[in-house]
Amino acid sequence: MPYLKCRNALCIACLLLAACQRQHRDIRPSPTRLAIYGDAAKEDALRPGGRVNSQPVVNNPYNASAYDISEGQRLYNWYNCSGCHFNGGGGIGPPLIKKHWIYGGEPANLFDTIVKGRPNGMPAWGGRIPEYQVWQIVAYVRSMNGEQPRSATAARLDTIQTNPQTIVNRTTGPTK
Amino acid sequence: MTATQDIYPQTPTLDQDIQQLAQSWRHPRGIFGWLSYTTHQAIGMRYIVTAFVMLLAGGAEALMMRTQLMHSNNGYLGPERYNQIFTTHGTTMMFLFAVPMMEGMAIYLIPLMCGTRNVAFPRLNAFGYWMYLFGVLFLYWGVFTNAAPDVGWFAYPPLSGPQYTPGKSTDYWAQMITFTEVSALCVAAELIATILKMRAPGMSLNRMPLYVWSILTQSWMIIFAMPAIVLASSYLLSDRTVATQFVNPAEGGDPLLYQHIFWFFGHPEVYIIFIPALGFVSSIVVAHAQRELIGYTAMVLAQIANGFIAFGLWVHHMFATDLPQIGEAYFTASSMMIAITSGVQIFCWIATLWSGKPRLTTALLFVYGFIAIFVLGGLTGVILASVPLDLQVHDTFFVVAHFHYVLIGGAVFPLFGAFYHWFPKFTGRMMNERLGRINFWVLFAGFNLTFFPMHILGLKGMPRRIYTYSPEMGWDQLNLLATIGAYIIAFGGLLFLVNLFWSRKFGAIAGNNPWNADSLEWAAASPAPNYNFEYLPAVTSRYPLWVPAEERTFVTGTRTDRREVLVTTLMDAQPHHRYILPRPSIWPLIAAICVTVGFAGSVFNGWYITWGTIISALALIGWFWPKRPLDPAHD
Amino acid sequence: MKRAPTVTRFLAAAAQLVLTGCIYNKQSAVNPAGPQAGRIDTLWWSFFWLLGVIFIIVMILTLLTLRRPRRDFDQQRIETTHKASEETDSRLRRIITGATILTIVILFVLIVASSVVGKQNSEFSTAPNQLTVQVTGNQWWWQIEYLNSDPSQVLVTANEIHVPVGRPVQIRGLSNDVIHSFWVPNLNGKRDLIPSRVTTQWIQADHAGEFRGQCAEFCGLQHAHMAVWVIAEPEDKFLAWYKAQLQPAAKPSTPEQQRGQQVFLNYECVYCHAIQGTPASGQNGPDLTHFGSRRGIAANTLPNTTGNLAGWILDPQSVKPGNHMATVPVSSTDLHPLVEYLESLK
Repeated sequence: MPYLKCRNALCIACLLLAACQRQHRDIRPSPTRLAIYGDAAKEDALRPGGRVNSQPVVNNPYNASAYDISEGQRLYNWYNCSGCHFNGGGGIGPPLIKKHWIYGGEPANLFDTIVKGRPNGMPAWGGRIPEYQVWQIVAYVRSMNGEQPRSATAARLDTIQTNPQTIVNRTTGPTK
Repeated sequence: MTATQDIYPQTPTLDQDIQQLAQSWRHPRGIFGWLSYTTHQAIGMRYIVTAFVMLLAGGAEALMMRTQLMHSNNGYLGPERYNQIFTTHGTTMMFLFAVPMMEGMAIYLIPLMCGTRNVAFPRLNAFGYWMYLFGVLFLYWGVFTNAAPDVGWFAYPPLSGPQYTPGKSTDYWAQMITFTEVSALCVAAELIATILKMRAPGMSLNRMPLYVWSILTQSWMIIFAMPAIVLASSYLLSDRTVATQFVNPAEGGDPLLYQHIFWFFGHPEVYIIFIPALGFVSSIVVAHAQRELIGYTAMVLAQIANGFIAFGLWVHHMFATDLPQIGEAYFTASSMMIAITSGVQIFCWIATLWSGKPRLTTALLFVYGFIAIFVLGGLTGVILASVPLDLQVHDTFFVVAHFHYVLIGGAVFPLFGAFYHWFPKFTGRMMNERLGRINFWVLFAGFNLTFFPMHILGLKGMPRRIYTYSPEMGWDQLNLLATIGAYIIAFGGLLFLVNLFWSRKFGAIAGNNPWNADSLEWAAASPAPNYNFEYLPAVTSRYPLWVPAEERTFVTGTRTDRREVLVTTLMDAQPHHRYILPRPSIWPLIAAICVTVGFAGSVFNGWYITWGTIISALALIGWFWPKRPLDPAHD
Repeated sequence: MKRAPTVTRFLAAAAQLVLTGCIYNKQSAVNPAGPQAGRIDTLWWSFFWLLGVIFIIVMILTLLTLRRPRRDFDQQRIETTHKASEETDSRLRRIITGATILTIVILFVLIVASSVVGKQNSEFSTAPNQLTVQVTGNQWWWQIEYLNSDPSQVLVTANEIHVPVGRPVQIRGLSNDVIHSFWVPNLNGKRDLIPSRVTTQWIQADHAGEFRGQCAEFCGLQHAHMAVWVIAEPEDKFLAWYKAQLQPAAKPSTPEQQRGQQVFLNYECVYCHAIQGTPASGQNGPDLTHFGSRRGIAANTLPNTTGNLAGWILDPQSVKPGNHMATVPVSSTDLHPLVEYLESLK
């Protein structure tokens, strides 16, 4: 019986912790989070995006927190990502709501894409946006694809809604 | 001698009947039995105890806020924590303490005062309590998982919307409102039915005690006000969870619409809290001045008028949103009208006290404290009704002072008076008067020390809901005074708790009617048995226990072998038919759990609405499953 | 009865002292500096005295109910009647009726008085020399825009409004995000700034001075640190200020400042802040073109000094936790020139 109780308590504690983490607001980025991740994906310069799994992948420290996803959402507009990618549906730049990423869809790949830029128009933002904000943007971009817990993702923005997010079929991805 | 014979000397003593009555109203045993209680004393007391715990929680939050504001640039709580705490404080006090507390008192007292055995729908009553309890747990689950709401108890969009407040905290808040709403509507419906149809024979409307009138008014107000907040919180919740656009200005929604709907509920809410308190005051004044009320009719009319006007002045919470002139003038006038109806009641109480030789018990002391504080709060209310003055002091500490004067002065002081007054009926023992007096003076001094300086702070430009301020603003001294006062209030609360526990154990035995009060609840034994009265009383006067003992009348011939009560006519309370109240049942709890699964789950996933509806429907089928009357005595 | 007026005067003086005689009067509803706030102030004191007298009368009557010796329990038991005598009863009823009628009359007067003041305060000025200032609320700072039909005369600044003494100023309120409320108590009551709506309000300063205002509608984490200064100046001084503010930013004059400008343009700063006359044109944060001339930083959270500015840039989240300024890892060799440059933007 004590064992059972212990396990129940543990389960409840886990639930609580998960909930706490999702609600956590890291208002003042801690020094570790300000550290330079640089080559997060350690990807092969010759074959960008390929075989990321064989490389050590840095996790997004801002994953799954509602506050950080919403900060990413704000920054996405502030830094004018929406200028090319619109609200994720793409336009001048490629759509961000999709399954198959040219340069990999893991957080570390997205981070590298933003920091280093990519051919055909994606500028390199490294040194222009603080890295912790890049991670927040990554968290937001992943939330567009339903890759963040729903309980941490905002349902909508308080702006004009041209957001294809609401019409996208989350199981098959957008067809473009 | 039975308990009733003390009051009704002529009742026959048929031990067999009384034993049978006790038998048919017996509580079921065991833990499941405990969960299926349906008597109004048990449910009422559960409300009172839960709401009291919420008062302590809200009080603790208030102390944290006051500690943070004690001096400038205090680092005790950060902005995030402070916002959570002031939101939780407001929400707790309004939704989880004040309204349920008033409901709990009414559930306990109304059947007694009306001379019947239970409320009209005992199982609905139990269901309402469970919904309230689950609402409490739901909100505080969020508080303890770092998801305390932090957008104010009013949760104005767009700040409370999905973009500016990510995460689940506001969803918990909005859904908690749904819980308390369901609970409040259940209570309102059953109290209205009880008051209108189950009064003692002869208790025509014009013989109802003022407390019963106040609960009748309050219940109707709940029925008209709560749907508005259902709408507001549903707008917010569906905007947040399923991306609707009700309050998104960019898509044609309107944040001001939310404010209108919220305050269409929010202002009556305040009166829902304090109208029952006015009923307490009337009961206490009559009993402790030993005088019939002067101006009964005027007071009843004023109370009902209060209820109506309450729905016509919500916009005074929104004067700063740039209204047209004509609207401002209208809402100024309607807001000031409340001063007339409240004034009439204050005048009547003073006149009643004037005509008698009041016995200055603790309960009456609290009434005197109420008059002092509430009149001051009412007068600052007149100031707030004036648009130009409101534009200066709106959303400053002046308003904080004002509504604590009207809510603590207008509702909590009478509530404490009511505890001292009715404690003998709840427990059979008197509360300690000496400690009670000290308790009153500590609370009174602490209250004024806390909230009076806030008037001045507001005029000196201190806005509400700021977590800190800089020293050059010159707000330090007054804030320090307020914080000291808050700790004195807390000490007063502690004294009350001590008195409560001490008196429960060692207080003097009360007897049926220790105050020689007038109304029917004092005809029952103390504490009241589950069936309240051995013989249902009948009434020939507005003050039934003040007619000479030999002229008091009662009803015989009701069946004692089942939970039977009399239904009487609406106006004159003529006996109409017998009505059998249901037996205790676990189904209200099961139904409440099923509804909770739906409500709580829907915050995370819309499908829970579907599953919740299905299981709730199953629970209701179980609840109403017809039982074969095996024993005709228990049909 | 010679003393009564003295007592009254003493009371009046005491009340005035408590309410107005404070060390800090720059954000006070009872220290008016303009016609709007002045009218409200007059109205306030009329309400105060009238309602104060009512309060005292009611309290005296309430206490007088205890004038007779109190009974205790046992005497009470033998009391048989609970009715006041017929005579007392009808007398008290008449008094209640009279008091109610008096209440209605007093309230009527108060309603008329406040409607008159309300109307006067919201009247549109037709003065030809009026000024229109657009205030846009942001989490958690104020954007200030002096509107003008001539686009070259439109001035954009932040967190500080200069107004000429004696000229009516219309405040057009907007919001970019959540609801804020513009409130400078020495000049007028408050007005909400609501997204998707335009609200208006008039202010006018009767004498030169500095008046502080603060956001009065809860707007999130840093609601407490969202202050605005209204600086009333004589006409000529105001015009000089206006002219100076219309100019593009001062060119960096020392090598240190030149380096500071480069730092500014190379770092993240430019995505959010604009400095007219340089490529920096971000619109998310306050315009910094004449930053050095302003009194405060971070919506007047801190006085504008070199040390505060350096601290703010290095770690904005410890000064104002939750605000939207990015924590940028500025190296120590870059920080000093950057601060130097920003402070030179007079």
